[in-house]
Order: sequence, then C-alpha cells, then structure tokens
Amino acid sequence: MSGLTEVAKQKIRDLLPCYPSKQALTLPALHIAQEEARCVTREAVREIADILELSPAQIHDTLSFYGFFKDEKHPLGENRIWVCRSLACMLRGGDELLAEVCDRLHVSPGQTTKDGKATIELAECLGACDGAPCILVNDKLQLRMTADAVVSLAEGRA
Amino acid sequence: MSFEPVLLKRWGKPNSQALETYQADGGYSALKKALAMEPPKVIEAVQKSGLRGRGGAGFSTGLKWTFLPKDVQGPIYLCINGDESEPGTFNNRVLLEEDPHQVLEGIVISGYATKSTTAYLYLRYEYGDCYRACEKAIKEMYANNLLGKNILGSGYSLDIYLHRGACAYICGEETGLIESLEGKRAWPRIKPPFPAIEGAFRRPTVVNNIETMACVTQILDRGPEWFQSIGIPSENPKDPGSYGPKLYCISGHVNKPGLVELPLGITARELIDKHAGGVWKGRKAKAVVPGGISMGFLSAEELDTKLDFAGPGKAGCLGLGTAAVIVIDHQTSMVDVLYNTCRFFAHESCGQCTPCREGTAWSAKILARIRAGQGTLKDLDTLTDISNSIGIMPGTTICGLADGAAWPIKNALKKFRPEFEEYITSGRRSQSLEVAGSH
Repeated sequence: MSGLTEVAKQKIRDLLPCYPSKQALTLPALHIAQEEARCVTREAVREIADILELSPAQIHDTLSFYGFFKDEKHPLGENRIWVCRSLACMLRGGDELLAEVCDRLHVSPGQTTKDGKATIELAECLGACDGAPCILVNDKLQLRMTADAVVSLAEGRA
Repeated sequence: MSFEPVLLKRWGKPNSQALETYQADGGYSALKKALAMEPPKVIEAVQKSGLRGRGGAGFSTGLKWTFLPKDVQGPIYLCINGDESEPGTFNNRVLLEEDPHQVLEGIVISGYATKSTTAYLYLRYEYGDCYRACEKAIKEMYANNLLGKNILGSGYSLDIYLHRGACAYICGEETGLIESLEGKRAWPRIKPPFPAIEGAFRRPTVVNNIETMACVTQILDRGPEWFQSIGIPSENPKDPGSYGPKLYCISGHVNKPGLVELPLGITARELIDKHAGGVWKGRKAKAVVPGGISMGFLSAEELDTKLDFAGPGKAGCLGLGTAAVIVIDHQTSMVDVLYNTCRFFAHESCGQCTPCREGTAWSAKILARIRAGQGTLKDLDTLTDISNSIGIMPGTTICGLADGAAWPIKNALKKFRPEFEEYITSGRRSQSLEVAGSH
C-alpha cells in the first residue's frame, strides 16, 4: 500500500505553526491520512514520523491507543456508520437496532459490507441521547433512527 | 417567577451560528466589557459569581484560574474541553451547533483573564457539525479582529485552534486531554503537578468546559450578581453553593427527551414531569441517572432530590456530574442497565492503572455471566468488592474514571439488591440482545 499524497503531506505541514511541539500533530496527521486512504498504511505512519521527526513506533503507539484508526488490511468502506449502544440508546432500542442492521447487511460490528459501501461499528455514547437511538455517519450524527433508515444509508440510497 | 433561558436563548433562531446575528443580539459586548477591565478584575468577577465548572467536577472556575503562577514568562495555554462523552450528555453539542460564538466569546474572555497565549478547543470527533460551525465562526472572528493580534485594539492577542479527538472517553479527563493534545496516548497524569503549574507542553494551563465558557460570557455581560441570584445558595461556609442557570439533558424513557435550561436545583421529579413530558407509555420510573452514568442511580423514592451540586451526593450518588438525566422505567431490568454501564467503562478504561483495567473488565464479565443465567449470589459480593476498591477515593487509580465505574455498581447493589438476588436465584436470563464486536 502506498503512503500519503503530496497534498496530505502539505496539509500536515500547514498545521506546524499551530502547535509548540511537532508531536502534537500526531492526531491531526492520522486524521488526514485516514480521510485520504480510508486507513492508515504503514508507509503513511513512516511518512508522518518523518515529517514530525519522531519514531514510527511513537506514531503507532498513539494510533493504536484509539480504536478509531484502521490499518491497511482493514480499510473503511465508503461510509462508516457507528450505531450507539450506550445506556440512553439501549433504553430506546439501540441494541436491537444494531442487531437488525448487522443481520440485514450480513456483517458483524467492525466489518465492511461486501460491496465496500459501508463499515458498521458499534459506538459508545455519541452525544445525541435526545434522539436515541442515534448513529454517526462518518462525522455526522443522525437522530431517531430505524433499521430501515440505517440500511438505506449503508446502501447509499439515502 | 418564570425563568427565561439565557444560554439557550438563541437556540432555533434563524442563522443563529452567524457572527452577524450574534452581534445583532448584543454578542461580543461582554468581551468589550472584559477588555476594558484589568485581567485580575475579570477573574474576580467570575469568582464572585460563584460559577462552578460545568464539566462534571464542579470546581470553582475563578479559583482554578488563580492557581496559575504569577508573572509567567512565556506561553500559558487554555484548553477547552469539548470531549463531551459521558453517557446521557449532549449540552455542549447543542451549544456549539446552535450558538458557537457565545462559547468562543467566553474563550476569549477567559483567555484574557488568565493571560493565555493560545487556546485549543479539543472537540470529540463525533461532533462534526460542531466542528464545522466552530471553524466558520473562528474565521469570522479573525476577519473582525475578535481573534488574532491586538483584539479590538486592546493589546491582547489570542489564537484558537480546533483539535479533533478520536473517540476515546478518557480524553475528557483534563490531563488525559492534555496528553492526547500533545499527540500521545491519553493516559491521565498523576497530580500534582496540576495543569495550572505544569499542563499542556509542560506549561501553565487552564482546562475549562464548553458550557462553563458560555456561562463566562453571560457573567461578564449581565454581572456576577445576576448569576448569584439564580440557583441554590451556599448552605454552610464549606459549601460553595450552586449558582446560575444549568443545561439539563434528559433522555431515556420520557415522552420528550431533550435539553432544557433551568436554575440549578430543580428536582429530578419536576424535571421529568414538567420538562420532559413525564415517563413514557404511562409507566413509572424505576431509577434515574442524575448526571451521566458515572454518577450512579437515584431510586424512585429519591426523585425529589435537588439536582444542584450537593443534592445527588445526599442520595448516595457520586455528584451532579454533567446534569445528564437518564430515566429508566419500571419494566427495565436493572441487571441489563448495570451491565450496560459496566461494559461502557470496561471499553473506555485507558488501561493504565491495573485496578481500573481489571476491575472494569471483570465487573462487565460478571454481569454478562449473571445475564446469561449463570450468576451466583457470591458474584454480588465480588461486584461490591470491586466497586469499593477501584478509584481515586480508595486511592488505587490515577484518575476518576474508576470512581465513575464504581458508583453505578455501588448504587445499584445498594438500592436494587433484591432485584439482582431474585434474578440470580430464579435463573432468569436477559431478554435484551447483544451483538459482539471487534472492539
């Protein structure tokens, strides 16, 4: 797998003046990498380390702390859909919603549909308890969800 | 006397996110007032108001600011905690989506008061709409000399940078946030040193919550006396009181889940019945989470508890927390509820301290076993032992995540123990579904 594009590298360098340490760019750089390639490749980790003058192991250490970043063997689908399972959503059918969505899309949480259109994830509280059960599509919250609505989003029909 | 919302007064107005409408509604007059004062006077005003941090711990905001060393040479950092992740909580999201300038104005005022040189707004990744609203608002501020060099000719300069998280609850702990900001895994630091002395990038640092920033704006605009006139006054010299308006999040089994702004100190019952349309489907409440799940549970008999800083503690809960109220109806199994909270903390423990890492994981495993119909009464004692041994209070962990994990266990087993015993002895199994995941 390839590394970062020149555009991504420049986006990272552009952030350098915002922080007093280069290491502080680790999370922003990982976000830039994953947004571009739907995963963070090993080559991207090495290139980020180069730009930030760190060991690739330091980048990997931070990357692996968050369940958020995907490696090159498990790239994200076109859309990443997180289904909330924390208490406020559980009380309004969050568990049942996740079960039905996984069943209809033939995936387990963390997996991507065969057509590559959607990765389904289970989430802890997404911060939209007023609209439980809620989901997050990439970085956009969707409130008061039904299984039909989630499946439509996953299949790219909504 | 009827109470008019202040923090939420612009919610739902057309184009409420724009600088133009914000200024038309009197926005940035508080900043002008602050910039005409000496920074210590701004701190004094905030201290006088009695404002206590809205993020969960309830520490006096003004007092926190005074912990910064005097005559600092070099940078001071202001970190704004927008990693709102406590289950049940969404007030910061609404504030930033609907009225970002109110919060950003408070950040500039707080930066001026604390002589901060740079502010980082750490925002949880899930709040994409907040991110875009803030990004736009910050651009407008720079274009209008409300940020950057020599703000409104005052001689004070400040930059605000947005920093996105990556879906980890622990980043809401102030030193976990600092570590995450620095690009490291978000392992909380041992205190002291407190961030005021050695925080972000080893420099003096203030960490404040989003709603706290909105309160700062209103305090400067309306005066500390106005803030002091709302809420529950101090009961004794040791009690700092519960002043000001508060955003209450209501979710779970109510007819009208949502966000309401009320004077601090409304009772749980009044909140549910008058402001959330009552418990749904004509049912009764069995338990109520008073301020995010880490605060524990109120029982049905405790619903007249005042939701001010002192109230939930009097009922055995950990505290007011984020004032996120989750209502659980009488048909819900407390075994399922407690399993859900234990699994949350097992998932979100950062793994740094053994008692928390192991205690949260085992409490979730034991509850899974009980849910599968394979629990024993001795499991309840083991859960109690775990809940008494993990956290800052027993002195076994670095941060308070484990105290928050322990409290729901303590409250559930104290207030609902017969239900757990009956569940186990009758060999019942959970009716609720669960899907196993990869993380």
